[in-house]
Amino acid sequence: MIQINCLLILSAIMMFAGIFGFLTRRSTLAILLSIELMLNAADINFAVFNRFLFSGQNNDGFFFTLFSIAITAAESAIAIAIMINIYRHLKDLSADKLDKMKW
Amino acid sequence: MDSHNIMFFILAALILFSSIACVLTKSILRAATYLFFALVGTAGIYFILGYTFLGAVQLMVYAGGVVVLYVFAILLTRGRKDQLSQNTKTKIFASALLSLAGLGIFVFAILKGNFATNPLAAPNEGILSMNDVGSSMLSTGDNGFLLPFEAVSVLLLACIVAALVIARKR
Amino acid sequence: MENQFIFTLLILLLPLASFLFLGLAGHKLSHKAAGLVGTICLGIVAVLSYYTAIRYFGSPRVDGAFQPVVPINISWLPLGKLSFDMGILLDPISVVMLIVISTVSLMVHIYSFGYMHGERGFQRYYAFLSLFTMSMLGLVVATNIFQMYLFWELVGVSSYLLIGFFYTLKPAIAASKKAFIVTRFADMFFLIGILIYGFYTKTFSFDFTDAENARNIAGAAFILPTALFLMFLGGAGKSAMFPLHIWLPDAMEGPTPVSALIHAATMVVAGVYQVARLFPLWIQYAPETLHVVAWIGAFTAFYAAAVACAQSDIKRVLAFSTISQIAFMMVALGVCTEATTGHGHEGSLGYMASMFHLFTHAMFKATLFLCAGCLIHAVHSNEMSMMGGMRKYMPVTHWTFLIACLAISGIPPFSGFFSKDEILSASFAYSPVMGWVMTGIAAMTAFYMFRLYYGIFWGTENKEHHSAHTPHEGGWVMTFPLIFLTIFTLVAGFIPFGKLVSADGQAYDFLAHFDWKLGATSCLIALVSIALATYIYKGEKQPVADRLQAAMPRLHKWAYKRFYLDEVYQYVTHQIIFKHISKPLAWFDRHIIDGFFNFLAWGTHELGFEIRGFQSGSIQKYAFIFLLGAIVLIFIMIL
Repeated sequence: MIQINCLLILSAIMMFAGIFGFLTRRSTLAILLSIELMLNAADINFAVFNRFLFSGQNNDGFFFTLFSIAITAAESAIAIAIMINIYRHLKDLSADKLDKMKW
Repeated sequence: MDSHNIMFFILAALILFSSIACVLTKSILRAATYLFFALVGTAGIYFILGYTFLGAVQLMVYAGGVVVLYVFAILLTRGRKDQLSQNTKTKIFASALLSLAGLGIFVFAILKGNFATNPLAAPNEGILSMNDVGSSMLSTGDNGFLLPFEAVSVLLLACIVAALVIARKR
Repeated sequence: MENQFIFTLLILLLPLASFLFLGLAGHKLSHKAAGLVGTICLGIVAVLSYYTAIRYFGSPRVDGAFQPVVPINISWLPLGKLSFDMGILLDPISVVMLIVISTVSLMVHIYSFGYMHGERGFQRYYAFLSLFTMSMLGLVVATNIFQMYLFWELVGVSSYLLIGFFYTLKPAIAASKKAFIVTRFADMFFLIGILIYGFYTKTFSFDFTDAENARNIAGAAFILPTALFLMFLGGAGKSAMFPLHIWLPDAMEGPTPVSALIHAATMVVAGVYQVARLFPLWIQYAPETLHVVAWIGAFTAFYAAAVACAQSDIKRVLAFSTISQIAFMMVALGVCTEATTGHGHEGSLGYMASMFHLFTHAMFKATLFLCAGCLIHAVHSNEMSMMGGMRKYMPVTHWTFLIACLAISGIPPFSGFFSKDEILSASFAYSPVMGWVMTGIAAMTAFYMFRLYYGIFWGTENKEHHSAHTPHEGGWVMTFPLIFLTIFTLVAGFIPFGKLVSADGQAYDFLAHFDWKLGATSCLIALVSIALATYIYKGEKQPVADRLQAAMPRLHKWAYKRFYLDEVYQYVTHQIIFKHISKPLAWFDRHIIDGFFNFLAWGTHELGFEIRGFQSGSIQKYAFIFLLGAIVLIFIMIL
């Protein structure tokens, strides 16, 4: 019997794995990968809540996940374009070097 | 314990392992590969939930599209090793502590929340048929998602143009 | 009637335009062009002033008096019941002042061509002259006391600018500051007086006959002596009454034509004019205070005359003589006793005498100063010891100076005799003591003026200096104003002044009331003084003077040092006010008030420096902190 808690904890672990990666990775591309993990964890939650709590009533969670996937794809495309551009200019993608925009 | 549950545990183990490995591995290309497995596992979860269409989309767009895009990007930037160990120990330790604390709070909240729901029963095929998805996407009203659908299509177009503009050679 | 005089607006606007033009574009003009612009503007103003006078005094009298005309009066700042107006008021005294100012100013403009020739900042000089003339004209035609105050301050500013014209010379800067600060200090009282006056009477207007104004003023009768006396203190500052006179002698550091214009003829009589302007109030509500003014004037006159006897700098002598003469005018106003006057003018003869003396004094004192300017121009020094025997070299200056000296000494038929005689008879009418005091001071006047005259034009010639550089006249631009003003001095006494200006506006023929005994006495005393001065100072050697000086060394030194009044001021301001009041205040300001704000700034700066680390630009740190905050919040919420 699959309880909702199992799924939620699963997504929470995934989420915090992503967060940990976000906080510790140096390469911005790796940070983006971690962001994908976090997004994915959120998507799972949408689907799970929809399935367990509102099954048969509406499908908002389902579609939210669907659109989230589409937007993630778009976001990655842009992010990767930016990264490549940065790489062209600076030959380095370390997050701690990219701090020219501070202040 | 039926096959349903066994499947779930396998997928859960896959997801847990790949997620954690994704953020711990030293090679960024490997991280992308682990991410791919985590996404595939997620697609499996969607299948178990009965959201077959969502699972298919996850596989195609995420696992098939986005990850491949990342791999290309990693190779284009001469995928240097992501030196996780170069970060200071304190930073890693603090981040780990914070993440675990957050996780603890989440788990605590989830368990305390005590959602009164039925456990997931056997896979039910027709929980959301393709017909329903299609008509929902293209209709307005209570269960209609025409406006987000169109908005996303505009967004994707904008992204294509933007990606080209940003990444093109000058 | 009102509209006929609308052109008088030009009298104010032309110098203003000239000031703006020369001030903004003057540096692009040649010296000659700039001077011409200023002079031509002033020429037009002078012509307009004369035309105004002819028109005004040619207009028919109503009830035997010339009626005031207000060609323009706009409400500038309406404040509830009070209103600050700007306008032009023509009445006998303002018209007379217009003539005085425009005449002297025009002469000074012409004269400056010669005197200031080749000076650096020539255009600036003319710009300032225009500004001053505009301010002074605005002051005299003011329709209300507030407008008067406004122009009064402008006059102070332009005086400051002109005294400090040679801004590279230390004494000039010090003098300009001194003049400005002392007069500003006095003006503070003027302002307080105005505010008190305005608060209680609800009007600033000079139209005291208006029914409502008269009622309001009568309602405030109890405060009027205070308000008027405070205003007089302001006037005392400008008119150099004791003890606020200290700035005037130092102001002689300015260019000499400026001294002639500002510190002899126009600005320094502003105080007298102010008292005359408010005369109806003084005489009706504060006659006792008015007599206090008279005694202040008498003391000032005596003090200044005494100091003038011992000075060696010719401009200083003239400055003290100016103080003394202005004090005469104050005395004349102060001895008035009656509000309503019959044809005898017993009580308010002084008003007319004061204005008359103002008029004649402006002319002959301007002459004296311009002569002094010629002499300084010729020998490049202010000291009497550098002169002597100048009559051979500068005949025009010599004769004009002599005539002016005779006028100021009160010798008929020169103008000073008539006006001074009026003042003396007004003083005698008030009290014999005052009469004799003033007669004595008049005698001193004659004495020190002729001491000056002999010291410059006769006496020991400084041959050494003169042979090195032969003195000569300064050309027609410098002699013409002298001659012109001297002609005024010669004929001004015969102007039937009493018919034009008097306290109640009624014509008064003073020749018909002329007190021959008094005239003869004062004339005789003046002659005796002159004879004494001739005896002491005319010769090449001056044994009597030396012996007198030796006999009373202390008195001479005290008088020479102006009775140490400047030192007293120095002591009071530096040792007492600066040291014991200003310094602690400055300390408080610097350390407590500034310190507080500096501390705030320092604290903010330090705090900013401390928290700047958060803005590392590292996205991961931001995320870390954000997450930390989020987790803490969630933690708080679920607990």
